[in-house]
Amino acid sequence: MPNMTPKKTPMPEQEPNVRNKNFEEVTLGYTEEMAAEEAQRCLHCKNQPCVSGCPVGVRIPEFIGCVANGDMEGAYQTIKSTNSLPAVCGRVCPQESQCEQKCVRGIKGEPVGIGRLERYVADWHMKHGKPEEFYVESNGHKVAVVGAGPAGLTCAGDLAAMGYTVTVFEALHTAGGVLMYGIPQFRLPKEIVQAEVKALEAKGVEIKTDMVMGKVLSVDELFEMGYEAIFIGTGAGLPNFMNIPGEGLVGTYSANEFLTRVNLMKAYRDEYDTPIIRPKNVAVVGGGNVAMDAARTAKRLGAENVYIVYRRAEEQMPARKEEIHHAKEEGILFNLLRNPVAIHGDENGRVSSIECVEMELGEPDASGRRKPVEKNGSNFQIPVDCVVIAIGNSPNPLIRSTTQGLEANSHGCIIVDDATMTTTREGVYAAGDAVSGAATVILAMGGGKEAAQSIDKYIKSK
Amino acid sequence: MFAIKEKRRLNDSMTLMVVDAPYIAKKAKAGEFIILRVNEFGERIPLTIADYDRENGTITIIYQKVGKTTLLLDELNVGDAILDFIGPLGKASEIEGYKRVAVIGGGAGCAIAYPQAKALYNMGAKVDIIAGFRNKDIIILEDEMKAVCNNLILTTDDGSNGNKGFVTDALRHNIENGANYDLVIAIGPLVMMRAVCNLTKEHQIKTIISMNPIMIDGTGMCGGCRLTVGGKTKFACVDGPDFDGHEVDFDEAMKRSRTYFDMEREAEREYNCRLMEGAKNA
Repeated sequence: MPNMTPKKTPMPEQEPNVRNKNFEEVTLGYTEEMAAEEAQRCLHCKNQPCVSGCPVGVRIPEFIGCVANGDMEGAYQTIKSTNSLPAVCGRVCPQESQCEQKCVRGIKGEPVGIGRLERYVADWHMKHGKPEEFYVESNGHKVAVVGAGPAGLTCAGDLAAMGYTVTVFEALHTAGGVLMYGIPQFRLPKEIVQAEVKALEAKGVEIKTDMVMGKVLSVDELFEMGYEAIFIGTGAGLPNFMNIPGEGLVGTYSANEFLTRVNLMKAYRDEYDTPIIRPKNVAVVGGGNVAMDAARTAKRLGAENVYIVYRRAEEQMPARKEEIHHAKEEGILFNLLRNPVAIHGDENGRVSSIECVEMELGEPDASGRRKPVEKNGSNFQIPVDCVVIAIGNSPNPLIRSTTQGLEANSHGCIIVDDATMTTTREGVYAAGDAVSGAATVILAMGGGKEAAQSIDKYIKSK
Repeated sequence: MFAIKEKRRLNDSMTLMVVDAPYIAKKAKAGEFIILRVNEFGERIPLTIADYDRENGTITIIYQKVGKTTLLLDELNVGDAILDFIGPLGKASEIEGYKRVAVIGGGAGCAIAYPQAKALYNMGAKVDIIAGFRNKDIIILEDEMKAVCNNLILTTDDGSNGNKGFVTDALRHNIENGANYDLVIAIGPLVMMRAVCNLTKEHQIKTIISMNPIMIDGTGMCGGCRLTVGGKTKFACVDGPDFDGHEVDFDEAMKRSRTYFDMEREAEREYNCRLMEGAKNA
């Protein structure tokens, strides 16, 4: 008999007032008993609606069945056969708008905690699983992957499993992309990302860090070096600014810089040399997951008041509900329907306040969301010593601008065929944020998977 | 890891290093830079490429010991290796088509002014190098610079080399005596570059400067190196590091360059304390 409790088995968390002072993981994961209890809630529907909601097609009821039977190794192998980064996805996937949104249990209660179970299985495997023995006979073909983020790592893993010799080129000194520099330690421990990267290397994937492709090597040179196909997963790493006065003041950060200093460069740890301003009062501009990450990071660095400044209302915030909820619990203050018009500074050029204007919601705009309209004369100032701008990123142009025949749209996104991830240049494939603009880890992984299939077909048909 | 092939002290505070980096050496052009990280706990710092050797696959950098990272770098010797060495980054200098050029270097900036002068001289331009130092003991690359220009003018702040004055004094003298420059390149401290730009603006001579702001990735990702040029936000890492000096907002750039000033001094102090402790215990 399935467990008919209408609510998900709760997952233990650090207390908000404890965790907002440390960088340890917020959620602590299920115990074996909790996982078994939650796994019993799955009805094992014949048509498996949850699977259709997963961008990488994880066979969800099958792995949950294994968990219910105590076969964790089986559960892990089931997930891993279609998802190369289960410990990552179990933590950062927006399950509520994907697999769990389709879950039948969600109609009359809460859906099965698929994400929590995936995380449990992945963490179990890291602790107790046997090291994966891996041997695939080489098929003699070489593929280059540009960018070691979620899209690139997925594509590389899938190709390696098919027998390709894969080299991943990464611009930063560590593989992982946004998983390393963007998502904070307290949501996604970096040790987990590195364990996933090591597992890929054990599969034979070669990762070359410190290689800024488009500068040190071009796509043409990669072809000359014998790579038969090239996958581009360079992400959306070009920070957008608001173009308002005061963005050059000391204490104004892009979310990328603020988070990179803390996550990749570990400014929060004394033994690292990375400097960062430890602000007292911070305004984070934006309403997405990155804004929540930046705000919660600022709090953990010791800020007294951290304000989210967002020009629309809470319902329109693109951030996951869970992130908004966690941020509020941790004492982040929400200034909604407020739009920055200027950042002011002191005589040393350091931020002293942010000037905002009140907004009200008007008619729906192109995105379908009600458009925020300024209330005339409603300007006010918030005294802050730091402003973090988290209003989105555009694709990085470095590789596009140095590759002939690789076309992009007006937003700088590489143009691909949606089904095959084929770019306008033969033998070159792309996916992830470089194609879609800033989106989610799992969509990038889904794209990387598609591309791996297409690359396989392309090389075999040559 | 990137092996150090050669290390040469240029003066008390400046050192030249030749680093094995074949991929970068194959592509490097004058005006581009690299980013390095000395060890796992270190910062990423940008340094302009001082020279390259495509055949031997090496990049030459010249650094001044100004903070903890450069002090750590200076602990390394031939046979050691630098953990990360990334490049070439930035846009190469656009210096074609000029006939009469003044290349100005201030202190450590001469390390970068030198390859620029060399490139211009080899393209057939008539080049004057004006190089300024605090005193004669810290003059670097004198012979190298002499070999790639028509006139080398060395100035010292204290006059210890017999030519007291700032680079701007020498530049003004040349301009007023009919040098007729169609380009001035200035590389050095921000105050020096600003002074040069103020002078050349009066005389309407195009002036290129090389910016060296705080940055992390060097690929356009962090935006930390942004500066205002002609009223627009630019990233030194991908739009520069060379910019039209008459358009740069120096006041903002100077303030931004001091973002972590106190922390940098503190890190340096701690580093020196540890060295002293080590010496005592040795």
